Amino acid sequence: MTIDDTPGKGAPRSSAHEIERYGGLFARRTRGMTSSAMRDMMAVTARPEVISLATGLPDTTTFPAEDFAALMSRVAVDSSAAALQYGPTDGLEDVRRCIVEVMAAEGTSVEPDDLMVTTGGQQVIDLVCRAFLDPGDVVVAEAPTYPGAVPCFTSFQADVVQVEMDDHGMRIDVLEATLATLRAEGRRPKFIYTIPNFHNPGGVTMALERRRALVRIAAEQEIVILEDNPYGLLRYEGEALPTLYSLDGGRYVIYAGTFSKILSAGLRLGWAAAPAPILERLNLGKQAADLCSSPLNQYFVSTYFAHRDWRRYLGELRAIYRRRRDVMLSAMEEFLPHEATWTRPGGGLFIWARLPDYIDTTDLLARALRENVAFVPGRAAYLDGRGGSELRLNFSGVGEDDIREGVRRIGKVVAEQVALYGTLTGAKPAAPAAQVVPLRRREAS
Amino acid sequence: MRVAVLKGGSSLERTVSLRSGARVEDALARLGHDVLPIDVGPDLVDRLRAARPDVAFIALHGRGGEDGTVQELLELVGVPYTASRAGACIRCMDKVVAKHALRDAGIPTPEFYAFSQAAFSDLGAARALPAIEERLEFPIVVKPAGQGSALGIKFARTAADVPGALVAAFSYDTKVLLERYVDGRDLAVSVLESEDGPIALPVVEAIPQTEDFYDFEARYEIGRTRFVCPAELTPGVAARAQELALATWETLGCAGFARVDLMLAGDELTVLEANAIPGLTDTSLLPLAADAVGIGFDEFVARVLDLAVDRAPA
Repeated sequence: MTIDDTPGKGAPRSSAHEIERYGGLFARRTRGMTSSAMRDMMAVTARPEVISLATGLPDTTTFPAEDFAALMSRVAVDSSAAALQYGPTDGLEDVRRCIVEVMAAEGTSVEPDDLMVTTGGQQVIDLVCRAFLDPGDVVVAEAPTYPGAVPCFTSFQADVVQVEMDDHGMRIDVLEATLATLRAEGRRPKFIYTIPNFHNPGGVTMALERRRALVRIAAEQEIVILEDNPYGLLRYEGEALPTLYSLDGGRYVIYAGTFSKILSAGLRLGWAAAPAPILERLNLGKQAADLCSSPLNQYFVSTYFAHRDWRRYLGELRAIYRRRRDVMLSAMEEFLPHEATWTRPGGGLFIWARLPDYIDTTDLLARALRENVAFVPGRAAYLDGRGGSELRLNFSGVGEDDIREGVRRIGKVVAEQVALYGTLTGAKPAAPAAQVVPLRRREAS
Repeated sequence: MRVAVLKGGSSLERTVSLRSGARVEDALARLGHDVLPIDVGPDLVDRLRAARPDVAFIALHGRGGEDGTVQELLELVGVPYTASRAGACIRCMDKVVAKHALRDAGIPTPEFYAFSQAAFSDLGAARALPAIEERLEFPIVVKPAGQGSALGIKFARTAADVPGALVAAFSYDTKVLLERYVDGRDLAVSVLESEDGPIALPVVEAIPQTEDFYDFEARYEIGRTRFVCPAELTPGVAARAQELALATWETLGCAGFARVDLMLAGDELTVLEANAIPGLTDTSLLPLAADAVGIGFDEFVARVLDLAVDRAPA
């Protein structure tokens, strides 16, 4: 039996209608933001039995609970009414002084007036997009780029051009060629987004001469640089390199910093340092977004800086993460097949690995989840479909035993796929592989 | 009644399942039932034994929940449950089993060949690939046998793409199929059981947005695909799609509700697969198709629950 109210009975054309509720109301720019199968898969990684090397989480268990309690109660006693009140959009003066101190630790000199407190470093990316991007505007980013920046760029309908990196960061020769191509097309990027220190996800650090070149190019071509530096102070070896902001002298560089990795991600406090006219625009955007970042949390920061030694805690975090990085690198040596390559970061939280072309890391994640281990598939870090055989591993979020066990499980499933491919092709697994074309290029009929 | 809503779990469709489950819970509460939400995990049997629900509404999708596993457990524990029994769930979830059953019953389904991982590792199946590729003609669709969503489905344009596509599909299951590609329109027919037997709901068409590229992931993703109901079809084609959906339902032995996915190329309809527990979210096709014929979500949930309670134990 069938129901009579089917197209067969009436005039099909007029009776057909879209069944998505609200579908006609959503803004066109939200189309690129829909939940993807990959994000659904990531939901499984949060289950307790899964060793997740997929997060970017700092280890907050290292912060002494008694310090947290004492400092918060001091905030309550000393600043109750103000902490519970709205605050200035650009942040509390005391917090901006703390930021001056943090940036000085990396050799960058800045004044409180050059700064604005934001809701995490993430908000700086959003505010810069708000201030600079019209639909279709070009943004240059690294390939791969920070997966968390991708939805920002997409929601502002940016045309993102990604420039390859090598062990010394963004390749300036490729950048120059890219800019020349764009110029020939009559297009000028609005800004270049870069993470020069211990790149997320790439794990590499931009060399000094490239920093100089990048700043020079930005000034010559009048392009803004958004320098995202969440990990600069998480350096496990060697000396800090000058920030782009300091090399540029505050003309074309917007600097994004954060308390997330040196104190607490739960505070959701970061900052922007930028030339005054840009800072004004960012401030207007922030007024629209959230008026101000939590004064309560800002009072916690200023109290913490006044009564505790932030450098000492940072030193403890560095020691913990350095050990975890070393454990992960040696586990990768031990468990990953020789076809895999990966970066050896001198700091930060991430290692970026590349597998043979015939392994799709999005699919590999499904297999890895059955072994209760997770990573971030490389495609999340590209806007152009590249990165299919790459993956990101985080070494800060779980303990040393879990890191080793997690890498062992990943090694097992990678080895399994290498062997299967060998069987399928009858060739040595390391032979040049055919690119698998996902079914995504079929146009509407 | 005390109704356990089983949702979440560790399948790759966990997110959708949590949304389906939440919506079912709201409907059950409005219907006056005592609702017990359960995010299924290792403590499932203990929780069911402790809570002793009168019936379980299964809002799980994918591995574990849609493949007969949870259904078998509920039979053991003695809790009546919604939708298809374990046998039909197994037949729907395993595309290879489903397609064999369809083919044997004379229901058109795109030509296919299925392989287990062991066939390649132990029996040299790779040697047979060229012959298969010749029979199916490129492009060929490579699918894991038991993955409910679009994950792992690849499109091989040439022989060189096939090994990589197989490696990807084997990430999801130990069994995969190579299927002839049908270049046509995507249709879905939901089927709902009633006192008079199964009823085919109006045909829904998934139309990819012209400015977007089309991929399997986008197929049921709001925003990248438009869903039109009833689909713009000739009366004959629409009726035939519904007939095929009902025949598929009968062949696989479904109960309660299910969704059958079809392709339309020219006037030719083929059945791709059946979903024993399709999505029940605000934007899922089955509830929307039911709504189109005046069956609201609460009524749908009430009907499905009554059928489960009335059903004799296996």
